[in-house]
Amino acid sequence: MDALLEAFFNGISIGAVLLLAALGLAIVFGLMGVINMAHGEFMMLGAYTTSVVQNTFKPLGEPLSGLYIFFALIAAFIVTALLGVVLERGVIRFLYGRPLETLLATWGVSLILQQFVRSISWVMVLNIGLFCFLFFGAQAILSRRPNFERIRGWFVIIMIPLSAAIALIVGNITGSIFQLAVTRPWFGAQNVNVAAPIWLRGRLPLGGYQLPYARLFIIVLTIVCVIGIYWFLNKSAWGLRIRSVTQNRSMSACLGIPTQTVDMLTFAIGSGLAGIAGCAVALLGPVGPNTGQNFIVDTFMVVVVGGVGKLVGSIVAAMTIGMANYIIGSYALKPIVGGIPALDNFFNFFSDPSMAKVLVFILIVTFLQFKPAGMFPQKGRTVDA
Amino acid sequence: MTTQTKELISPVTQPTKRKSYWLEVAIVVGLALIVLLIIPPVLNSMGLGFRVNMLGRFMALAIVALGIDLIWGYTGLLSLGHGIFFALGGYAFAMYLELQLPDDQIPAFFGLYGVTDLPWLWRPFYSLPFTLGAIVLVPSIVAAVLGYLVFRNRIRGVYFAILTQAALIVFFNFFNGQQQLINGTNGLKTDTARIFGEFVSSPQIQSLFYSLTAVFLVLGYVLCRWLTSGRFGRLLVAIRDDESRVRFSGYDPTGFKVMVFAVSAGLAGIAGALYTVQSGIVSPRTMDIAFSIEMVIWVAVGGRATLIGAILGALLVNFAKSFLSEQFPDIWLFFQGALFLVVVTVLPGGIVGWIREDAREQLRQLFRIRPQIATYPSLEEDLDIRHEQQHISHQESDG
Repeated sequence: MDALLEAFFNGISIGAVLLLAALGLAIVFGLMGVINMAHGEFMMLGAYTTSVVQNTFKPLGEPLSGLYIFFALIAAFIVTALLGVVLERGVIRFLYGRPLETLLATWGVSLILQQFVRSISWVMVLNIGLFCFLFFGAQAILSRRPNFERIRGWFVIIMIPLSAAIALIVGNITGSIFQLAVTRPWFGAQNVNVAAPIWLRGRLPLGGYQLPYARLFIIVLTIVCVIGIYWFLNKSAWGLRIRSVTQNRSMSACLGIPTQTVDMLTFAIGSGLAGIAGCAVALLGPVGPNTGQNFIVDTFMVVVVGGVGKLVGSIVAAMTIGMANYIIGSYALKPIVGGIPALDNFFNFFSDPSMAKVLVFILIVTFLQFKPAGMFPQKGRTVDA
Repeated sequence: MTTQTKELISPVTQPTKRKSYWLEVAIVVGLALIVLLIIPPVLNSMGLGFRVNMLGRFMALAIVALGIDLIWGYTGLLSLGHGIFFALGGYAFAMYLELQLPDDQIPAFFGLYGVTDLPWLWRPFYSLPFTLGAIVLVPSIVAAVLGYLVFRNRIRGVYFAILTQAALIVFFNFFNGQQQLINGTNGLKTDTARIFGEFVSSPQIQSLFYSLTAVFLVLGYVLCRWLTSGRFGRLLVAIRDDESRVRFSGYDPTGFKVMVFAVSAGLAGIAGALYTVQSGIVSPRTMDIAFSIEMVIWVAVGGRATLIGAILGALLVNFAKSFLSEQFPDIWLFFQGALFLVVVTVLPGGIVGWIREDAREQLRQLFRIRPQIATYPSLEEDLDIRHEQQHISHQESDG
């Protein structure tokens, strides 16, 4: 009984992390048909934000500094949501209707973000700031000239290398004057540790099994997020708009819904949720530049299995995949099927976390044979649905 | 009327077509000869022997790029899992090489895990013909099965991309976890193995494989050219542009998609085998997510739906990668990320597509030479259209 309880709660808590990570992805995918490959990196940034917030709260002393987690959640949401807006306005906006290209572009963004957290330092901040100042400043000044459209090609060709060169030179000079004080990377390539607050460090005894409070916190956080998103999508005015654009973009546009704003808002919320997920992941263990990579495929599977456009699909799918991963990986079925040698051998073969994924994938592909559009497909009569 | 115009056109177009065909053959043969006969001695005499090896490896990667171009550029299926097929080909050949041992010995790494009998999976790889077959067929069959299960349900677009990526992770986990079968994370080394009585890493064998790679690249190009030029190629493009319409026209796209996926996987298998012998090792790392997406970007940089572009892109990006990661290891990821963004947003046709489509116009605009008015050439040239125009103007003047 204890073993089953343990399997149940472990499965739930793995599923909760998955759900938290997949929630934002599913909303964005449902609305825009865009898979954000940088979603994992947004989670990673959320985790890094958590660590920064934690360090700023340290001087406050013990009982107060434990509250950092709530501020970290808000900060992570804001940081990643802003970044999501930048990504949507800067790149994805131009790629609507080309989902595969969007996928590649967001992958490019994810690579940049990975290297960005490794090498960000004051000098780099100075470089980027100076470059933006020079380039966009020059653009703002020159764009007042009436013939700007005609010289735009030349402007881009000349100004990009020029501002880049000036920024690099200034950066190098600053670096050689102030030495390590400005050139030392903030985070570096090694992992960042986030310690859970003291009040999250214990374990809740449940019969013979003990559930860590951190896991419990994540489960509660997931529930709060799901309820919040459900409320937002179903009860608020913008949620109504988001749902209508999800169902039929062109008809919504005809009826006066600002689809571009809806896209931006949805992307911001989806990315913000990734930030919150990153905050949760940070509580479970050290976070590195590659942390996001570990989540992408699992969260994508949640979206594929759950189907598009319904929250409940993502919830069921995340819980099922989480459970299946844990139950197969830890061979929790041993008391039930252990007696039959053939089954015993079979499950033993798959009984480690990485082999469990193999079996889960086979199960997913089998599942898609019966339900190609996921558990809760959108009903429609188009050929492409 | 139509038959008449056809007769009018055919004597004009036919010879030019044939001429361009022979021109293409001449260019391909010429380039192949340069790569085979001129580049190695020149580089060797400059003391850059390792660049020859590099070129050989990158040509192997260009073969994968051809396969990806076939399914992505022409058929519109984005596979993020070609690392699977690449690795399967590599493993097949590496297993054969590892087995080139004095009688009754088994590869040394088995000793680490206490395995004394050769697993059954390895036995067929004693024979060279079986291995050569397996290099092509194992990836093709895996792709065909996976493709059939996916395409049968009309799963496509982003879903297909995600599923192939998940399959990649699954294979990665499987190969990583099976130490006792295929040496897990460490992979199989081919450096110290022997083939035809020589070490695989010896210069003779390496130059043999260099030539083989060039030959297979040409063969792969010819195969893809043949597949994409005729009716089959047009069907692939039709599936890419509007699959529903293809289905309504009475074709079943599933079979074509499965086949093209399998062919592309077979090419990746060959490439994997050739790459493995030239780099000396095959390990589950070839099934990294990042590596498989890189393969896609080679094609995107060179130009989708242009075979030359795929080859060019693979060579260019890889040389840029090796150059940049030698000089500035930090910058490579930034550069690669920017490459993805630029190719997708600014250069959707890739280099070759840009040269074919807009290069002339854009350069002219840049240097403020008066732009030519772009129009559809067919309006001036096509006899059918001209006839119709006359017809319409007659009608208008009548009315």
